[in-house]
Amino acid sequence: MLLLMAPWLVGFSVFFGYPLVMSAYLSLNHYDLLSPPRWVGLANYRYLFSVDPQTWTAVKNTLWLIVVLVPLQVLSAFGLAIMLARARQGVGIFRTIFYLPALAPPVAATLGFVFILNPATGPVNTILGHLGISGPLWFQDPHWSKPSLVLLGIWGVGNTMIIFLAAVLDVPRTLYESAQLDGAGPLQRLRYVTLPSISPVILFAVVLGVIQGLQYFTQAYVAAGVAAGQASQAADVTAVSLGYPLDSTLFYPVLLYQHGFTDFQMGYASAMAMFLLVVSFAVTLVIVLNSRRWVHEGAR
Amino acid sequence: MSAVGVAAPLVRRKPPARVRRKRMLVAIANHSVLIAAAIAFLAPFAFITLTALMTNNQALSSNLWPHPFAWHNFIDVFTKAPLWRWTLNTMEYSFAATLGVVLSSVPVAYALARIRWRGRTVAFMVVLVALMLPPQVTVVPLYVMWAKFHPFGFNFIGTLWPVIIPNWFGDAFSIFLLRQFFLTIPEEYMDAARVDGCGELRILTTVVARLAKPAIAAVALFSFLYTFNDFFLPLLYTGESAHHWVLSIGLSEFRSLHQVQWNLTMAATLLVMAPVIVLFFLAQRAFVEGVTLTGVKG
Repeated sequence: MLLLMAPWLVGFSVFFGYPLVMSAYLSLNHYDLLSPPRWVGLANYRYLFSVDPQTWTAVKNTLWLIVVLVPLQVLSAFGLAIMLARARQGVGIFRTIFYLPALAPPVAATLGFVFILNPATGPVNTILGHLGISGPLWFQDPHWSKPSLVLLGIWGVGNTMIIFLAAVLDVPRTLYESAQLDGAGPLQRLRYVTLPSISPVILFAVVLGVIQGLQYFTQAYVAAGVAAGQASQAADVTAVSLGYPLDSTLFYPVLLYQHGFTDFQMGYASAMAMFLLVVSFAVTLVIVLNSRRWVHEGAR
Repeated sequence: MSAVGVAAPLVRRKPPARVRRKRMLVAIANHSVLIAAAIAFLAPFAFITLTALMTNNQALSSNLWPHPFAWHNFIDVFTKAPLWRWTLNTMEYSFAATLGVVLSSVPVAYALARIRWRGRTVAFMVVLVALMLPPQVTVVPLYVMWAKFHPFGFNFIGTLWPVIIPNWFGDAFSIFLLRQFFLTIPEEYMDAARVDGCGELRILTTVVARLAKPAIAAVALFSFLYTFNDFFLPLLYTGESAHHWVLSIGLSEFRSLHQVQWNLTMAATLLVMAPVIVLFFLAQRAFVEGVTLTGVKG
């Protein structure tokens, strides 16, 4: 047994346990990787919560993303799954079409969206123009950059949809039949049969969505970098492009990256990491504990 | 009246015309919405492909259809940027990591699913916690660790090794997925092997590994996809050394590095998407099974 567990035990201690402890220690130090760590007590945390104006921006952006994107993803995945479960023809083709975007590598998908939504000559604004609508500036506009990322997120909803579809198809037909005998219409059957039966899967999707929201990085980094490069046409803009435009895509992980790996403030970045640790732990715990109230128990 | 809700009475009577017409209309509405959604989901792929086939001037205009088709874009991409180098690096990372994930996660998952020992539940909870936590939580001390670790003067920062090596020590997601699958294998198989005098290691390599082929295939597939798409960790460790870039990083820097225009950028984007999509059509069943295995039986 010990032999079987050995690789994980080593890996867990070196790549998980040790960094957690080390992170807590470093967060109480000033450390720039060159000179040895200097003890500063809680100064990093004090600066993080009460001085640094970017912290609040990053927290707000991250909350915005989670609150908007996760419900929209769950809703669209649920909608698509329900429609697929009812379709009589072409189920396989539709399923493949809805799943494919989820496969697109995030960097490639983001690049594609920055192009498609580019304000000047992008296909979306061109088509909107033909319809007489002047499209927004999308990734160039601080008010539209996050909604653009949400569109990108909904495009990649395929994984969740596949899981929902499997769960919907798993609901026993007899439940629908007895509900129908009791006089339940299609909407009532959806509300009182389908929803409770697949509630554990919805919970899974929500937890996963929130966790992914807390570590949202690649899409924001790439979109900001490419959009900023497009706006300025300067050669090297990566250093100033984090959060472009106007810190509207500065999510918490992006800010952590900026402090840790472009400014090399390892102590400060560790303090940020500790805060993220507490928040992700708490969020997961709250969702899972509260779920007893609304997740149908027989289905667990 | 949905298709799922249709009851099957003992004697099947034809429903009245009014009901049939209503059902027909619902089915048509349902399919219309599906078709509209399908077009919306396919449109980005279409726009990317069309732009990848445009000449530079067309890509800068608001034309939607390439005229003429600039097929040579797909060749030009390779001369503009070291795509081959990036591809080789990506392959190195993907294969080394995937092999490590499978070899190290299978035994752990087996011990968690099928052997009774004290602390098993706690160990499984710890795996779940590791699965939940964002990588950003541990990334700073790990970076410091690799930066300060110079065995025989070898510098890990700037190479892909800090990203590859942890995969050889068990991956939380793969352990979780494999454990769920191992739980579905009937205990009788293991008991029979035990009666025949097999040790746990032998049971694992002969009985379990064979029965669990679909799950192992799914884990390998997900690990490959994950590494192919991975951006954050390779960026941290190889961001400054372009020679070790993987495709995802190369692609993200593509435009700013070479001042290339949208048509070539979209051609490169398409080339990076292609392997994953081809893989999907080759291994469609493993994909769908793997996705549902992680979701439904959780």
